[in-house]
Amino acid sequence: MSHAATHYTSTGLDSRKMAFWAFIGSECLLFGSLISTYLLYKGRSVVGPTPQEILNIPVTSVSTFDLLMSSLAMVLALAAVERGDKVWVRVWLGTTAVLGIVFLGFQVYEFTSFVHEGLTLQTNLFGSTFFILTGFHGGHVLIGVLWLVTLLVRSFMGKLGPEKALNVEIAGLYWHFVDVVWIVIFTVVYLLQ
Amino acid sequence: MAQEARQKERKHPSVDAYLAVAGVLTIITLVEVGVFYVPAFQRILAPLLLTLSGTKFALVVMFYMHLKADHRLFTLIFTVPLLLALGVAVALMFLFGVFVLQTG
Repeated sequence: MSHAATHYTSTGLDSRKMAFWAFIGSECLLFGSLISTYLLYKGRSVVGPTPQEILNIPVTSVSTFDLLMSSLAMVLALAAVERGDKVWVRVWLGTTAVLGIVFLGFQVYEFTSFVHEGLTLQTNLFGSTFFILTGFHGGHVLIGVLWLVTLLVRSFMGKLGPEKALNVEIAGLYWHFVDVVWIVIFTVVYLLQ
Repeated sequence: MAQEARQKERKHPSVDAYLAVAGVLTIITLVEVGVFYVPAFQRILAPLLLTLSGTKFALVVMFYMHLKADHRLFTLIFTVPLLLALGVAVALMFLFGVFVLQTG
């Protein structure tokens, strides 16, 4: 892998990658505050619906598996771009984007069914903290999908060769971070009721 | 030193390693959902699920985000805010009496 247009910091590490890790660090603080808020108000709602009444574990388990597999597709896309395999780069980037869209579909289904069952942002503390936390995560997934689509378009334009592998790697860092945030949300919100 | 850092930055796991990690992540997810439904695990559900979740988190960060093979500075940039977020969460839970509510 060559980094022809790459700028290195005084440490010898790529400046874009360094900056992106710093961004991910700041995202840890954002999601840390959102998850903390959810936990602080957990069990303090004075009216229902409660998490035990409304959360659908089987459906969310499938969407969790879907997001985990999208992370696999993302690293396979990175491996393909590093070896200059244009076809498989497109296949795996497309797969990752589709799995991301499927995850968003699950989230839309979940939000819609919750609203029909009487849980909105204003209903109780659970509704407020749940929708804010999972909504922010869903927004991140949406941004990730748009980023993947731009990479896919650039690949079809012939502008995503091995020399641009770092672009895919940085997009991958973002995507995997969104995945690890969901790993925490799935446990803390859905399984530890 | 700079050249050495660049070479270290580029080492990524093999496709086989990526597939193996995906297999382990799938198994852990199945175990997580499985123990959620087994009444015998209810007493130790919280520590068990947090351990399993932490393992999944670590696997993705180490292998898919390449922190295991990448330069240690990236690990530092990531773990310091992560630990800060964790510390703030625990401090707030003590401050809001969450632990008191659960034990008392």
